[in-house]
Amino acid sequence: MKTKFLLFIFLLMGIVGFSQKSSLSGKVIDATTGMPVSGVNIVLKNTKQGTTSDFEGAFKFLNVSIGTKLVFSFVGYQNVEVTVTSENDITIKMQQDSRNLDEIVVVGYSSKKKKDVTGAVSVVGAKTIDDLRPIKAEQALQGTVSGVVVSAPSGAPGSRFDIRIRGVGTNGQAGPLVLIDGYDGQLELLNPGDIESFTVLKDAQAAVYGALGANGVIIVTTKQGKKNMKTKISFNSYTGMQETTKKLKLLNATEYGLLLNESYANAGRPIPYPNASNLGVGTDWQNQVFTKAPMYSNDISATGGSEKITYSISASNLKQDGIVGGSKSGFNRSTVRTSLGADLSDKFKLQTNFIYTDFDRKSVKESDKDAGGIGSVLFNAINIPATQNLNDANGNYSLVPSTAGFGNEVINPLAQIDNTYNSYNLKKLSGTIKLEYSAFKGFKFTNRIGFNTSRSKNKSFMKIIDYGPSKIFNTTRSSVAQNTEYINDYTFDMFAEYEKTFAASHKFKVMAGTTVFQRSGSGLYGTGYEVPYNSWDFADISLAVGTGGIGVRDTGSYESIYRRLSYFTTLDYSFKGKYLLSGIFRRDSTTRFGPDNITGYFPSVLVGWIASDESFLKENKYINFLKLRGSYGLLGNDQIGDFQYRSQLSGEATYVFNNALVNGVANGIIANNKVKWEADTKMDFGFDMKLLNNKIDITSDYFQNTRKDLLISNVPVSGISGYNAPGSGAPTVNVGSVRNTGFEFDIKYKEELSDNFKFGIGFNFTTLKNRVLAVDNGTGIVEKGAFGVGQSLVPTRMVVGQPIGVFYGYQTDGIFQNQAEVNAHPSQVALGAAASPGDIRYKDVNGDGVINDKDRTYIGKPIADYTLGFNLNFDYKNFDFIAYSYASIGNSLIRNYERTEANLNKLNYVLGRWTGEGSSNSVPRVTTGASANSVFSDYFVEDASFLRIQNLQLGYSIKGGFVDKVGISKLRLYASANNIYTFSKYRGYDPAANSGEPITGGIDYGFYPTPRTYMLGLNVNF
Amino acid sequence: MKNYNIKARVFLALFAIGFTISCSDDFVVVNPVYSIDSENYFNSKTDYDNALIGAYDLLHASFINVLMGEIASDNTLSGGEAATDTPGIQQVDEMKHTPVNANLKNLWDWMFAGVQRCNYILEFKDKTDFQGKNQVIAETRFLRAYYHFELVKWFGGIPLNGDKRFKLDDEKKIPRSSAAAVYALIESDLQFAIQNLSATPSQTGRVTKGAAQALLGKAYLYQNKFTESAAILETVITTGGYSLVTDYNKIFENETENNVESVFEIQYSDAQGADFGCLQCSEGNVAVGFNGIRNYSGPFFDGGYSFNVPTQAAVNAFEAGDSRKNVAILDINAWATANSATFGTGYKHTGFYNRKYLARKGDTNIGDQNLTNPNNYRSIRYADVLLMAAEALNRSGNDIKARTYLNLVRRRAFADLNHDITASNAALTDFIWAERRTELMGEGIRFFDLVRTGKAAQAITGFTAGKNELFPIPFEEIQFSAGNWNQNPGY
Repeated sequence: MKTKFLLFIFLLMGIVGFSQKSSLSGKVIDATTGMPVSGVNIVLKNTKQGTTSDFEGAFKFLNVSIGTKLVFSFVGYQNVEVTVTSENDITIKMQQDSRNLDEIVVVGYSSKKKKDVTGAVSVVGAKTIDDLRPIKAEQALQGTVSGVVVSAPSGAPGSRFDIRIRGVGTNGQAGPLVLIDGYDGQLELLNPGDIESFTVLKDAQAAVYGALGANGVIIVTTKQGKKNMKTKISFNSYTGMQETTKKLKLLNATEYGLLLNESYANAGRPIPYPNASNLGVGTDWQNQVFTKAPMYSNDISATGGSEKITYSISASNLKQDGIVGGSKSGFNRSTVRTSLGADLSDKFKLQTNFIYTDFDRKSVKESDKDAGGIGSVLFNAINIPATQNLNDANGNYSLVPSTAGFGNEVINPLAQIDNTYNSYNLKKLSGTIKLEYSAFKGFKFTNRIGFNTSRSKNKSFMKIIDYGPSKIFNTTRSSVAQNTEYINDYTFDMFAEYEKTFAASHKFKVMAGTTVFQRSGSGLYGTGYEVPYNSWDFADISLAVGTGGIGVRDTGSYESIYRRLSYFTTLDYSFKGKYLLSGIFRRDSTTRFGPDNITGYFPSVLVGWIASDESFLKENKYINFLKLRGSYGLLGNDQIGDFQYRSQLSGEATYVFNNALVNGVANGIIANNKVKWEADTKMDFGFDMKLLNNKIDITSDYFQNTRKDLLISNVPVSGISGYNAPGSGAPTVNVGSVRNTGFEFDIKYKEELSDNFKFGIGFNFTTLKNRVLAVDNGTGIVEKGAFGVGQSLVPTRMVVGQPIGVFYGYQTDGIFQNQAEVNAHPSQVALGAAASPGDIRYKDVNGDGVINDKDRTYIGKPIADYTLGFNLNFDYKNFDFIAYSYASIGNSLIRNYERTEANLNKLNYVLGRWTGEGSSNSVPRVTTGASANSVFSDYFVEDASFLRIQNLQLGYSIKGGFVDKVGISKLRLYASANNIYTFSKYRGYDPAANSGEPITGGIDYGFYPTPRTYMLGLNVNF
Repeated sequence: MKNYNIKARVFLALFAIGFTISCSDDFVVVNPVYSIDSENYFNSKTDYDNALIGAYDLLHASFINVLMGEIASDNTLSGGEAATDTPGIQQVDEMKHTPVNANLKNLWDWMFAGVQRCNYILEFKDKTDFQGKNQVIAETRFLRAYYHFELVKWFGGIPLNGDKRFKLDDEKKIPRSSAAAVYALIESDLQFAIQNLSATPSQTGRVTKGAAQALLGKAYLYQNKFTESAAILETVITTGGYSLVTDYNKIFENETENNVESVFEIQYSDAQGADFGCLQCSEGNVAVGFNGIRNYSGPFFDGGYSFNVPTQAAVNAFEAGDSRKNVAILDINAWATANSATFGTGYKHTGFYNRKYLARKGDTNIGDQNLTNPNNYRSIRYADVLLMAAEALNRSGNDIKARTYLNLVRRRAFADLNHDITASNAALTDFIWAERRTELMGEGIRFFDLVRTGKAAQAITGFTAGKNELFPIPFEEIQFSAGNWNQNPGY
């Protein structure tokens, strides 16, 4: 059918062609490179008559008269106007438009010229993505866009990244809306090589996404072919090696032995290692746990287009082992993508895009905020003493003693890795089909449908294992837990756009449309016991015939549904092309809100003034472009659980009759039928400026986002409501308010010193002030997180006047040097033990003459005051070089990966402990006796400011010779190193780590560090 | 151009139709899939039965009452890893607790959660009729009485809302009832339960008429209603069919659960895992893990967190020849030496453990194994009934019967008649109270006995008379009530 149709079109063109009488032919080339430019639009001025240049840049314009004007236009180039003379075979040289003002930016359902954009919108293009060679797409935003912070809760292969745009506005889901070619998607599943650009909507521009836009919006556009473009085959490959960026400085065996002796002696107990000096260095557990891990990536793509058809097809594979656990934390991602565009007729355009992803991941136990870090491999590696051998006399993994001082939680980390068995696989197909109908001039109607369908399988095996008496990870029954989850969503959009210019200078564009969305999910999970041979090879429910016991539910399932219905409209008006005004309005209804609040309205207004088009600046030698912008609008966040307004029997009701578990029903989480979206008021003032022949490009913004009606889950309510029953919970209530205020500055400078030497420098910084304005939940505080073991005081909170996630604990005031100082100070006994010389002195903050929990105060915050990005690139002859770095200043982390049991290993800063009057005023004495030194205080808060050299890359392109002969247009070899070095005073693994949870994100439970990666790679284009 | 206009109109018309058809707000009015709305329940007997299981569930959470109640008394110290290990419990041990206490808050929340689940059933008790409904309602009312009794013991007067559940904001409207009003409700609940419960349970673990009678006798005793208490407890003794287990050492083992002496026993299981994130969700007896021997490696017992360690004075409370001493108290040093076991020393280590409720070897140890111990809590033992009856009789002037019941208990303890008590009047009362301490050592009862008999201030270090008889209403609850509830005196 399609061929017939194309044939028909072809014939039609032929007929039109034969009817012509005279013609003009020629060639379009790039003024700088001399290379042909294909796909250039060539229009007879003030008519609709036109053609385009072909693969070789050649064109033939038929039926022209001498004296008329032809306009040559192409994205990224300045327009050229030519008056037709009798001359034939002309060569048109097109200048690249370094101002890039004609660059098209997707700002929602439609796109705009960059020049006309009135919102705070940043674009990261394919060039940056190519440069950075990110393993995962999110990393391309790390340090490259002002106002965007990308952090990782873990450096394990395949683990997620958290993106925060202009701070953290909520205690709930703070991540932006991610749209891939217009539809809800997951960045982590994309092959970075498939991405053409990221567009980040940071202000009220996102209002067209209404209740979804409050956290900002990231629009991903994938690569598409271009019309009249010769097939370009591109092959990219790299091999890498990863290693840990850091090992913590722990005590070696001798240091450990001596220190333990001292701590025992200080408590008046016999010393455990009378011959400690003979212990040597012992086992370096971190050396045992961290491995060098390989990584491989290959992708291939074919892109091109004919007169009516464009296509882009690609496939990729990434395989990566972990630096902890090797293949046991391995990751394997394969993607296949096809993008196809077709002009069905002059009026109908079809665009399709399908992506299939297969994602495999295995993982070892990592820090887990619910378990307070306990149980992770690194936690064990940090805490297991260096005196312990890897193996016992029989060659089995040694056991951490079960005697006093070792706790019940620390086990041999190598044994743990060895006994870890799990697998996760996700298969996902995403697609979009878009049909555009250009009914008449200025009017375009778009119908699109997008979908995601995914299936995941998860399996984990618990082996019968004995880590020694009383260890909490001992397992006496083998079991295998499996689950399968299906998640499907679809979005259907329908919108129309009409553009018209009145009286030459009043340009209007109106867009209106509707979108419906549904996500449904279902999951089925089960556990089987008594796995044959206690072996992963047989770990499947089909073979594990045991059950959990009478009354134990070994299986479960769920179904979920979430729907949205939205209407939106935008109006863009420009006067004389330099006074810009946009209005956006959206109405959203969703299943997530209570009956009284199903529907929300989200208006915004944006204005812009292109000052450089005014007469007083038009001829300015220095300022090539200046635009002032302002925006104000209301956006929402609906990222809460489903049906929180409904009271459901989803609680837990289990008792024991006849010695077996019986299950009943009980109320689930307490419903709040008033639950509604969070409302974010976004205000932004900014400017875009180009200076000195467009060599300098500056964008700067001041913003203030005020989030009201924060959805605070588990808002404490009176216990008489029964919310603390098993499986119940406190309701989610709109009771908070947070403000983020900041300033962004982004500058780029590029220079071509000669044909052989070009360079560019980019720098950006963002300041951020985050303040909680209200927490109206009765207590005025939302507390989350845990510190240490068995400490009930919560270290992190959300409270009025402080940044979200502020640390709350005791303030230290040095070390008690002698008994007289102890006697002179208020009693600290309420913290757990009376102080002795050598203990931490805590401040009596409220001055009531006693140190107790009322003396806690604000001692740090996880949110940086400043984030900066700096990058540099230059090309010299065949060499190219890039360097990217980013920094964060003013953020702190809580050191919470040390188990305070007496006999466990310690970081070596304890060598600087207090040993007598005048010895130390910062690190307390060591003792196995009772002390209040381990309560949460600023002693455990560290400055986690850092500067990270994120990427250095040196490439060499082979040109000429055989390369040209075999038709290779680009052959480039490169060496690259990622995450090379981090300058920081922080003692933990990774100052850039953050769990991503707004309140508890600053607690370091022993983050799995992001590895350093060395890569050798190859890019070939045909 | 005309042509275009027609097309455009057609399109706009389609567009408008599309809007109205596909996009009505009904699209976002959906019901959760496979979910039961709590307000549309109770349509069959099964629904009531299932909700009743939910009401029983919170009995598991009463481990905190037993653990903290024992620690509050002069029997045991808090222990644990360090002074900062579970500060709420540490403070209760030292009578330094304030309204800010996470563990007291838990206790308040969990017992009220139990009340709420009972009232969920009672609120809908008339919705559907079925055979055997009175038994279901009777079990429910027993449970409500049990939770209310715990609350009134710990906190004194509490808010009551009849047979209705508390709604959000009720804490700002419904005042604290007097302790007497709470007791009155407990009495009426238990009287209904006594009339409607069967004497033998349909399943092991369900409450019985005898349990309701015993709890009523206890509630009377706590109000010093000795005549009523004696009467109902004697009914248990004469008609309940309970007897003492001959060998005291057999009472607390897992294989002798629900024995002839067990009047009411909270049933725990080791079949399901649990974690610290939700202690009240555990089906195991969390107190047992807390009581457990620190870093223990050896036979018979499993380890734990070394809380609730008996004092030397508590050990000394046992007379020579009392067979109960070595059942209630584990001398860990002696045990370790005899069995080549090793152990660690926790905070406030005394060398003794609360042996009745230590983790035994042999359970499934599903993780976290310290939270999933299956040891049932013997909430009301027949021995307790006998001693309560003895006290009620003695204090209402019937010393002969009182001595009989007291000596029944002592004869088992000493396996002879030489230790019979012959005293009368106040001297006999003192003997009964002393007997309650040794017989019920480690069972979470002592503190409340001391309080109700006015002996707490002299027995418990740090106890302030006029204040520590009650625990403080949790600080958060006072805040939530916005002035509706007053704090207990002294806090």
